[in-house]
Amino acid sequence: MFSWDLLANAVVAGLLIGGFYAAVSLGVGLIFGLLDIANIAQPAFVILGSYAAYVLNSSYGLDPILTGLLLTPVFYLLGAAVYRVYYTSFERRGEESLRGLVFFFGILFIIEVSLSIIFGVDYRLIQTWYGSRSIEFAGVGVAFRYLVPFVVGVAMTLALHLFLGRTFYGRAIMAVSQDRLALRLMGANPVQIKTIAFGVGIAAASLAGALLISIAPVIPSTDRDYIGRMFAITVLGGMGSIGGTLVAGIVLGIAESLMATFFGPSWSLAVSFGILLLALAVRPAGLFGR
Amino acid sequence: MSRQRSLKLALTLIAVVLALVLASGGLFVARGADPIKIGFGMALTGGLSANGKPALLALQIWKDDVNKKGGLLGRQVELIFYDDQTNPATIPGIYSKLLDVDKVDLIISGYGTNLIAPLLPIAMERKLTLIGMFGLANNEKYQYPNYFQIQPAGPDPQTSTAIGFFELAAKQNPKPQTVALVGADAEYPQNALVGARELVKKFGFKTVYDKTYPPNTTDYTPIVRAIKATNADIVFVASYPPDSVGMLRAAHEVGLQPKMFGGGMVGLMFTSIMTSMGPMLNGVVNYDFWAPEPPMLAFAGIKEFLKEYQARAEKEKMDPLGYYLPPYSYAVGQVLGQAVEAVKSLDQQKIADHIRATEFNTVVGKIKFGKNGEWAKGRTLMVQYQKIQGNGIEQFRGAGTKPVLWPDELKSGNIIYPYASALK
Repeated sequence: MFSWDLLANAVVAGLLIGGFYAAVSLGVGLIFGLLDIANIAQPAFVILGSYAAYVLNSSYGLDPILTGLLLTPVFYLLGAAVYRVYYTSFERRGEESLRGLVFFFGILFIIEVSLSIIFGVDYRLIQTWYGSRSIEFAGVGVAFRYLVPFVVGVAMTLALHLFLGRTFYGRAIMAVSQDRLALRLMGANPVQIKTIAFGVGIAAASLAGALLISIAPVIPSTDRDYIGRMFAITVLGGMGSIGGTLVAGIVLGIAESLMATFFGPSWSLAVSFGILLLALAVRPAGLFGR
Repeated sequence: MSRQRSLKLALTLIAVVLALVLASGGLFVARGADPIKIGFGMALTGGLSANGKPALLALQIWKDDVNKKGGLLGRQVELIFYDDQTNPATIPGIYSKLLDVDKVDLIISGYGTNLIAPLLPIAMERKLTLIGMFGLANNEKYQYPNYFQIQPAGPDPQTSTAIGFFELAAKQNPKPQTVALVGADAEYPQNALVGARELVKKFGFKTVYDKTYPPNTTDYTPIVRAIKATNADIVFVASYPPDSVGMLRAAHEVGLQPKMFGGGMVGLMFTSIMTSMGPMLNGVVNYDFWAPEPPMLAFAGIKEFLKEYQARAEKEKMDPLGYYLPPYSYAVGQVLGQAVEAVKSLDQQKIADHIRATEFNTVVGKIKFGKNGEWAKGRTLMVQYQKIQGNGIEQFRGAGTKPVLWPDELKSGNIIYPYASALK
């Protein structure tokens, strides 16, 4: 069944979905990769972003991407508040390893159940004006439903990369991930820096959630489908490497797409995680980890 | 002892005995007024909750209706239920609590094949009568005589989803030749695909694509593109709601236009998905269990039930139309209630014997159970989405957007063939 046409389409589809995977995983890359906090509630914040976009879309007709962007300050504050609770209750006492994990499990379930109570359990989906359009170029079809998340995912990666590399707070976040004590000696407050980083990570979930609900229908428990993939992409890209997250998302996206096209989609996930294991065997720190 | 004292003593004794008799009588009266408890787990959260909650509401409406009429055996009915979280691992714990702590009198299952699977052995071990709610082929292996299943799958559940689809395909002129089969790696789609493969052989089609995909797939375009490359005449899809949406959207994006498309796509009939997808649904031929078409609305009590359901569903934020599972969930209550009243007892074996031997009148029509507790004659509908314009909900309330094509006795419209003609 091989044809160059199918191959080109599979690569492009994988590239596009990879950009979306990166957008969803950036928050984990920042919080887990840089701060070393196993925030397993991150997918739940993504779903919260989906529902926030849904509410503003169904009430005011706002575009989900715009909604996701508008809500980033709200999500930032939410993230900052969650981190403060986490810090006060666990990290400060040195009990973050197991109890902290339970804390984030709790947050995940609280978000899930709250969404169930408020919105019910029906599938929610946003249809955008561009969602049903696609273009074809030299036999390669590009669906806008995936092109837009890809562009947003790349833009998010770039923005976060610039923030971490070019701004004071960004550099401080990189520093806190490397040497907390040295940062304190330089006069910066690691807790404040981590609060900002955590807030930015959760703010990314707002946009990621808006992208998700414009691609596929969501229910409050959809978050569970993404936990494994998000952490796998973060680890494959290299802990703390934001650019690596994008590359890892694209690698997994293309691998899944090629498998689905030529060998049968049921192998897609197995191959993706096979790539993860292989990459870790060769480069234990991930593709771009230090 | 004087005669007067003896008389007094005798009278006192009689009074005490009378008081005891009355007291015990009172106790019996009080006991007689205890409610009949019906216990179950239900998917109120998790992946199947979009159906679990409406199923629960339908049972609650049945309970309210029965209690208004005086209950069962003169006792009120009480439902005791727990959230199974769509997690089969919770089932043994939930039913142990229901049976040993809550002391329920009767049990029914929660929604879905995966949740019924761990319950059946429990029912068998304790010799309980069990009515399953939409489980596909759960009893094939056990053949437990006291299990009954409300989904109208019929004696051959594995082919029930696909039979109408392939029978319709075989009747078209010229007859389509090639088939693509695709479905999720999960219990229901796998069962449906097994049945579809059998029917492909039976009707003499040629399979050109037969693959499965992981349930949490995000992008379906590579799969649909691979199917398109095979040029299959008909495409049979066995999917759960998120995949159904993904497959349909991908089919439109890629331009997949076989002569027939659909078959076993769960979720397309959910109101939230119908209103989201709108005209994209046009032309899809898919299984269903209920549609607001004249033959289905003729069953006694269905209009009253739907009126009550829709009023309450709006307040409780769930599927506002309730055309898929709720009528059958209500029918579960009706079957159980009619059986209890008929045998005038809560004896599990007597109830099971009666259910096995009787034809029941319900809001979904007459139900007679047969082999393995399935409906004696299958009645899975094949409908086609037609003439859908925009995303408004009102068009789905009445007849016309989802005519029944199969079986003939419930037919309310004709197929638009090939698929592309329905998209115009």
